[in-house]
Amino acid sequence: MKLPVSAKYIPLLATALVLVGLYTLGCVSFDNFGSLRVLVNLVGDNAFLGVAAVGATFVILSGGIDLSVGAVVAFTSIFIASAVEKGMNPQLAILLALVLGALFGTGMGLLIRIFHLPPFLVTLAGMFLARGLGFVIAPQSVGITHPFFLEKISESLAIPLNDRVSIPFTATCYVVIFLLALFVAHYTRFGRFIYALGGDEQSATLMGLPVGRTKVLIYTVSGFCSALAGVIYTFYTQSGDPASCVGLELDAIAAVVIGGTLLSGGVGFMAGTLMGVLILGLIQTLITFKGDLNTWWTKIVIGMLVLAFILLQNFIANASARLKTAHK
Amino acid sequence: MAADQKPLLEIRGLTKSFPGVKALQNVDFTVRRGEVHALMGENGAGKSTLIKVLTGVYQRDSGSLRLDGVEINAASPKAAEALGISTVYQEVNLIPHLSVAENICLGRQPTRFGMIRWGAMAKRAEAALARVDIKLDVTQPLSSYSIALQQMIAIARALDVSGKLLVLDEPTSSLDEREVEELFKVIRKLRGEGLGIVIVTHFMDQVYAISDRITVLRDGQLVGEFETVKLPRAELVSKMIGKELSQVPTVQHDEGQASQARREPLLELKNYGRAGSVTGMNLTIGKGEVVGLAGLLGSGRTETARLIFGIDKPQTGEMLLDGKPTQFSSPREAIRAGFAFTPENRKVDGIIPRLSIRENIILALQARRGALKTLSQREQEEIADKYIKLIGISTPGAEQLVMNLSGGNQQKVLLARWLATQPRLLILDEPTRGIDVGAKAEILKLVQSLQEQGMSILFISSELEEVARDSQRVVVLRDRVKVGELTGEQISEENIMRTIAGHSHGS
Amino acid sequence: MAVDRFQKREVRWWHSLIWPVAGLGLLLLFNLLFTEGFFRVEIRDGRLYGVLIDILNHGSKVMLLSLGMALVIATGGVDLSVGAVMAIGGAVAAQLINKAGVPFPVVIAASLAVAVLAGCWNGLLVGGFKVQPIVATLILMVAGRGVAQLITDGQIITFTDERLTYVGNGSLLGLPFPVWLSMAMLALTVLLTRKTAIGLFIESVGDNQTASTYAGVNASTVKFLVYVFSGLCAGLAGLVAASNIKCADSNHAGLFLELDAILAVVVGGTALTGGRFYLAGAIVGALFIQTLTTTMYMRNVSADIAPVPKALAILAVCLLQSPRLRAQLSGIFQRKAA
Repeated sequence: MKLPVSAKYIPLLATALVLVGLYTLGCVSFDNFGSLRVLVNLVGDNAFLGVAAVGATFVILSGGIDLSVGAVVAFTSIFIASAVEKGMNPQLAILLALVLGALFGTGMGLLIRIFHLPPFLVTLAGMFLARGLGFVIAPQSVGITHPFFLEKISESLAIPLNDRVSIPFTATCYVVIFLLALFVAHYTRFGRFIYALGGDEQSATLMGLPVGRTKVLIYTVSGFCSALAGVIYTFYTQSGDPASCVGLELDAIAAVVIGGTLLSGGVGFMAGTLMGVLILGLIQTLITFKGDLNTWWTKIVIGMLVLAFILLQNFIANASARLKTAHK
Repeated sequence: MAADQKPLLEIRGLTKSFPGVKALQNVDFTVRRGEVHALMGENGAGKSTLIKVLTGVYQRDSGSLRLDGVEINAASPKAAEALGISTVYQEVNLIPHLSVAENICLGRQPTRFGMIRWGAMAKRAEAALARVDIKLDVTQPLSSYSIALQQMIAIARALDVSGKLLVLDEPTSSLDEREVEELFKVIRKLRGEGLGIVIVTHFMDQVYAISDRITVLRDGQLVGEFETVKLPRAELVSKMIGKELSQVPTVQHDEGQASQARREPLLELKNYGRAGSVTGMNLTIGKGEVVGLAGLLGSGRTETARLIFGIDKPQTGEMLLDGKPTQFSSPREAIRAGFAFTPENRKVDGIIPRLSIRENIILALQARRGALKTLSQREQEEIADKYIKLIGISTPGAEQLVMNLSGGNQQKVLLARWLATQPRLLILDEPTRGIDVGAKAEILKLVQSLQEQGMSILFISSELEEVARDSQRVVVLRDRVKVGELTGEQISEENIMRTIAGHSHGS
Repeated sequence: MAVDRFQKREVRWWHSLIWPVAGLGLLLLFNLLFTEGFFRVEIRDGRLYGVLIDILNHGSKVMLLSLGMALVIATGGVDLSVGAVMAIGGAVAAQLINKAGVPFPVVIAASLAVAVLAGCWNGLLVGGFKVQPIVATLILMVAGRGVAQLITDGQIITFTDERLTYVGNGSLLGLPFPVWLSMAMLALTVLLTRKTAIGLFIESVGDNQTASTYAGVNASTVKFLVYVFSGLCAGLAGLVAASNIKCADSNHAGLFLELDAILAVVVGGTALTGGRFYLAGAIVGALFIQTLTTTMYMRNVSADIAPVPKALAILAVCLLQSPRLRAQLSGIFQRKAA
């Protein structure tokens, strides 16, 4: 009568296998791949993607989708760069950007909630809006010369591991956000509401859960995460560019899916998303190490991996449905 | 029960209408503490509307609603719960992927500094389950337990939320006999604790087994409130259908029909079955024969139809069509073989709401011909007009959208869709559910005339009177297994009911 | 008991055109009053010139895309990959035309075939594997640009072949060739969907998939076909786009055009939830968007900022279509009337 509980964990297991496999492949193929520096850079270079993927995990868990991620990241970066270069206090600029991102998400959430518009459409419109507004602020990329970014962020706040390798501030940010997200997903009512909402919205409503408020809040969190990813991206590149991060939303969604979260919502793991982000980073690193491969292969490989995981999920869903009827 | 006891729930003059429909008109309803009150009525009587107003899903148009003597107005299920009214629905409305403990405590999880205490939550869930005499591992996902246990978990949640009035909407429809008895034990225990319990169910036996009082609704109006022990079954039935027993026509099955059981078979099922659907089904439908399929909700009637029509694939047995083994892997193949199927839930599985009557009627015929052998506009109009007239669909024209038709007319459009394909076997699943009396009679007349023209019909209905009157043979199902077959003079409402209840009859 | 609610008038196909045409009319009226030279059309070398002709010409890419998109949306789906497919098609055409010895018809056929193949891919995922349309086509939306980059090896491929440049820049009987191409595709699409039962099947699947399946319609095949058709339309649009600028630019060809196409379809009266579709409406919608873009251009608004008003327009149109808002609005009007 009982289903194998582990059905839920099969995709997560597959994710872990892919991660270990790719890392081993790298270590075997290239000399320096196993070094601490590569590992630290893997986290640091993908920190902004990781934070964006945290937001995407919440949205997808709830059964929704957010396509505005990349555009909001680009908007945030050009907003901060322009503001700081025009003389605004950097901390204030960052705070403003985060508030704007959260408000942007709230706006989209309200449209989805109040008018029952499909999330993909609202966030697609949001993507174009944010992208266009970025160009309104500055049509070209803006480099940052403020010492807060050049010295404080990139040097003082880095945590040295040994005399050659230190953990960049971006990586620290990612780890903190990840732990926070893990906590929210598993130890707060809001987090559990997200799972309930994605599991069965109608039931959640009949159980008296605050479905509407949760929905709006989810997109607020996603907007905030996108903006925070934008802040980290600005730290990382020391500049703002309205044309950057096109398609970042797919990478974020890809990380979530590869991390074993069900695209229809209700089942998923924050830790899986972390592994998904690392897998995407590893693919990028591998292709860079290889040197003679076109970088556009990255996108194609990611597409294939996403496809494989979607098919795996389909297969598991069908198999467990068969098992269920067979046991009745 | 003291007569002067103040009622727990008092509803007076409740009215609720939807666009074009008066769902409830001036209905009174009273529930006392420590009683089980059955809410009875045929489909469309207004039971579910009443429940939904009570639990805050719908807002009433007028009337008063008092709980413990205080006027209440629940704006949402959550508000109703806060007032002390909680509901368990027929479909278990919980979250399958989450653990049992979470499902019981969701929305009220014990927290410290905003952080969920999983250990305390599990204890609380176990305590809630103890109230319904159940002990299980609350950390497992809900979906790993049977439907019956999920139902109990839902009740445990409802009790944990609030404990004045418990509404059970068709709680037994997917439970077996033993599970129903378990449920009733719990209900009796809760009644002893002073809860008011409202139960909505189709099953007459269960009403008499568990309820203290019965309120009967018909067509959105109150028929009356009765003490269960003082209301004979026959009278309850007549109150529900609105006819005195003497008015129920006695069914005459003449001698000729009994011998028609020897007809040449069109379709034979041998040991046909599928896990979770029906098992070991043996069924023969003769050419030009109406075979009735009777049984309670969830007994495997619709499931049998789905297997025959190629929606679900069988796992055992074989199907013979004209004596030759056949298997359909999709409705398309069944349709090509001359089968037709009007589903039980016509709004969800039947009509294409935003297309016209004409398009709905020609759809199946056109699909069978393929996209390229297109019916010309003129042919389409001719077919549509022909069937609108033949079946009596009341509409100003074939270009009206089907969504704007009444239930009865929508059902007629579906019949027209299939008649246009000139099927050999027509499967009708609850063709008269939720439609008005006039349309009902017309549809039943049509079934008879189709049979006279030589069409084979598999007739599924929960209205046993219809099954008894219109079928030459009745196959009775219980718990996904065929339990009897009645022919000729054996066919009567009473015999069907006996067979369903387990007093074996026929083979 | 439900009662019949008959409509007084029968719904005709052109009823859906009233709103988009009115919108387009308003935009044109604005330009008539405030933008100088907007309506000036002149004939040079047997060819019409003017802003209005430019709108028709530049709008043809979105017109082509919106035909395929209308059918996809009618089944309840969406195709986000059309921009990337345009890039792939353009890249194939540019690579082949520069290879000596490849006949021109083969270049066109190969380019369209690759686009159709991309459509098959989407169709297989949505129709066959039941992947949500957004996700299925999102994969190709980004991976597709990678494929286009691979084909062009990351370069911008320029070409000078007159036959290929004619596709986007030539003129026939005074009108630009892309305009004729769009009109021909409109005629073909109308013929395919309205003169055969395919249109009926698409609408029935979009409106109620289960009921359609039970009536014998093969929903998977219908879905597969609309994505294939959308791929073909994207391929044609890709040819026009590459031909326009005489090069294949994998990064920018068709970028953001998926939104324009969706917007055109929605403005044209087709609901995003699927069901009834309106091809003429989609064409008018495409012209509306192009007029909006051209108006902004003529009023010196930067092209990069163009997504902003478009995003606002799509939200406005969707809000107007939302049953919730309509109910609220009609509630307000009724209260006023009372």
